[in-house]
Amino acid sequence: MRFLPHLPAIARFVLPRLLQAALTMIVAVSLVFIAMRTLPGNPLLARFGQHADAAQMQKLRQQYGWDKPLYVQLGEFFWKFATTGDLGESVARSNQKVSDELRRRIPATIELTLAALFIAVPLGISAGTAAAVFRNKLPDRLCTIGSLVGVSIPVFFLGIWLRWAIPWLPVARRLPEFAFIDFEPLTGIYLLDTLLRLRFDLFPLVIQHLLLPAAVLSTIPMAIIARITRSSLLEVFSADFIRTARAKGSSLVRVVLRHALPAAAVPITNIAGLQIGLLLSGAVLTETVFDWPGMGLYIKTAVVDDRDYAAAQAAAIVIAGVFVSLNLLLDLVYLWLDPRIRTAK
Amino acid sequence: MSEHSTSRSRLPGGTSETELAGNPGPARQVGPTPTDRAWRRFLGSYAAWVGIGLVGAFVLIAVLADAIAPYAPSDRFPQDAAGSPADGPQSPSRRNWLGTDSFDKDVLTRVMHGARLSLLAGVVSIALAIVIGAPLGAIAGYFGGRIDTLLMRSIDVALAFPSVLIALLVTAAFSPGWVTVVIAVGLINVPIFARQVRATVLTVVHLEYVLASRAMGATTGHILTRVILPSLVSPVVVLASLSVGTAILEVAGLSFLGLGGDPTAAEWGNMLGQARAYWNQNLWFAFAPGGAISLTVLGFNLLGDGLRDALDPRADLQQVL
Repeated sequence: MRFLPHLPAIARFVLPRLLQAALTMIVAVSLVFIAMRTLPGNPLLARFGQHADAAQMQKLRQQYGWDKPLYVQLGEFFWKFATTGDLGESVARSNQKVSDELRRRIPATIELTLAALFIAVPLGISAGTAAAVFRNKLPDRLCTIGSLVGVSIPVFFLGIWLRWAIPWLPVARRLPEFAFIDFEPLTGIYLLDTLLRLRFDLFPLVIQHLLLPAAVLSTIPMAIIARITRSSLLEVFSADFIRTARAKGSSLVRVVLRHALPAAAVPITNIAGLQIGLLLSGAVLTETVFDWPGMGLYIKTAVVDDRDYAAAQAAAIVIAGVFVSLNLLLDLVYLWLDPRIRTAK
Repeated sequence: MSEHSTSRSRLPGGTSETELAGNPGPARQVGPTPTDRAWRRFLGSYAAWVGIGLVGAFVLIAVLADAIAPYAPSDRFPQDAAGSPADGPQSPSRRNWLGTDSFDKDVLTRVMHGARLSLLAGVVSIALAIVIGAPLGAIAGYFGGRIDTLLMRSIDVALAFPSVLIALLVTAAFSPGWVTVVIAVGLINVPIFARQVRATVLTVVHLEYVLASRAMGATTGHILTRVILPSLVSPVVVLASLSVGTAILEVAGLSFLGLGGDPTAAEWGNMLGQARAYWNQNLWFAFAPGGAISLTVLGFNLLGDGLRDALDPRADLQQVL
C-alpha cells in the first residue's frame, strides 16, 4: 500500500485519461455509424442485386430500423449495446448476430497480437540494447540493417514466403479439428485454455499453429522497438549518472540492466504501445495470409467479399475499443515505470 | 539553394580575409553554408546512396517499362515452353524469366509495369496527405487555443483507429478501385503531417524573426507562407520520404486484400493477392512483386534516413564545433 499517499496524484493522472478514452470511443463510434449509413454503398443491394423488389426492400429497411432518423438509430444502437452487448445482425449471413461471431473471434486476434508482442518486445529490446552497447560495431550494423529490412518487407509477402519455406508448420486454423472432440475452450485464448483444462498434449499444438502468424506479425514492431531502444539507450549512456555508476565500479552488465534500461523504459513503452495499433492493422493482412480465424479476417470478409457493413461497423468499433483500452492500460504502465508521474504535485 | 547560400555568405562570420584585402578574385573563400554541409553529409553516406540507387532504379523501370519489358503487359502465354497447355502459373524459363502468373501473363513484364502504379500511389497519396495535413497543422500551431484543441483532438480520434482499418472502410464504402485506395491511404497519413507541421510551427512561432515580421505589420497569410514555411520544408521533406515507403506498403496491402478494383491490373499488391492461392505451386509468382515492393520501400526508407541525418540541425552543430 505504499502508493496510497500518492493517490491524489494518481487520480489526477488517470481520471482525465479515462474521460478522454470514453469520449474518443463515443465520437469514433458515432463517426463510423454515420459514415456507414450515409455513404453510397448499400448492403441490401449487395445482397439482393440491382433488381430487388422495392416493397421487399422497404420492409427489410423497416426491419433493420434504417427508415428512422439517423440520431434515433444511433441512440438505439448505443442503448442496445450498453444494455445487452448486442451489436446488430449481419445482413449478408442470414441474420447471424454479429456479437456472437465476434465473441469467438476476438480472443483469436488477442492471442495472435499478444503472441506477436511476446516475440517482438524481448527480441527488439535485446537487439536494440546490443546495438547501443556495441555502437558502430557488428551488432549495431546487423541491428540497423535488420530493422530496416524488417520495416520494408510487406507482412503479406513475408507470410506467403514463410508458408512456402516452412510447409510443415500448420496454418489456416488454431487447432486441428480432432482436438475439439473433447476440448471445450474456456476463455477463447487457447494458450490459456489448454493449460486451464490441463490438456498439456494440446498446448504444443496451439503453439505450432500460432508460430508462423505471430512471427510474421511481430516483424515490424520488433524492428521499430529495436531502433527506439538503441536511440534511447544511446541518449541515456551519455548521462552523468551512468558515468557515476561506471566510476564507482559497477559492471557494464549491471549498468545497462539496472541503470540504463529502466531510464530508457518510458520511450520504449511509448513506442511499444503505439505498435498495438500497427499490430491490429497488420492483423487484417496477417490473418488473411494465414487464414487465421480472427477479427482481421472477419473484417476483410465482411468488407471485401460480403459488403456486410453491419458486421464491418461492429468489428471496427470493437477494434477501436480494444485499441483505446490498451492505450489506457499503457498509461497505467507509465505510472508504474515513471515515479515522477506518481509523485507529481 | 543559390539564393540561400549567397545570403548566408554575406554574414559577418563568412567574410573571408581575401575579401577584406580587397581582392575581387572569383573564388570567394567562405565557409560551407548549412545547406552545403547537409548535402555533403547526405552524399557522404553509403546508405543514402543505396537508397538513391534503389529508388532511381525503380523510377527508371517505371518510366521505361514500355521499352525494356520483354512483352506487352497483356500478352498471354497459355502454352508452356514445351508447347503443351500450361496448368496454372509457370516456373521461370528462357521465355519468361520470372515465370507466368495465374492469367498466363509474363511476371517480369507485369512487375516492371507495376512499378508505375506503385510509385505513383506512394507519391500521390503522400502529396495528398501533405496538402491536407500541413495547412491543418500550421493553423493549429499558429493560432493555438480552441482551434488547436479542436483540430488536435479530432486527430487523436482519427488515430484511435488502426490506419489500415480506416483505409479499408473508406475504400469499401466508396467503390473499390485504385484511386479510392490512394485517397484512403492519403487520408490516413494526414494526421502525421498535421502533427509534424504543428510541432515545427510551435517551435518557431515565438522566435524573433516571426515576431519582427508581425511587428512590421505582415498579414497572417504572409507570415505563414513566407516567414514560417521555409522552416517547415526540411522536416516535411524528411517525413515525406519516410512516409512514401509506408504508403506504398499500405496501398499494396489494400490491393492485396482485393480492394484495388480490377484484379487483372498490373499492380504489385494485386499480383501478390493473386499469388496467395498459388503459394505452394509457384513462388516466383509471389517473389517478384513481393521483392519489388520490399526493395522500393527499403530504398525510400534509406533515402529518408539519409535525409533526416543530413538535415538534422544537431548534426550541423557538431560539425561546426
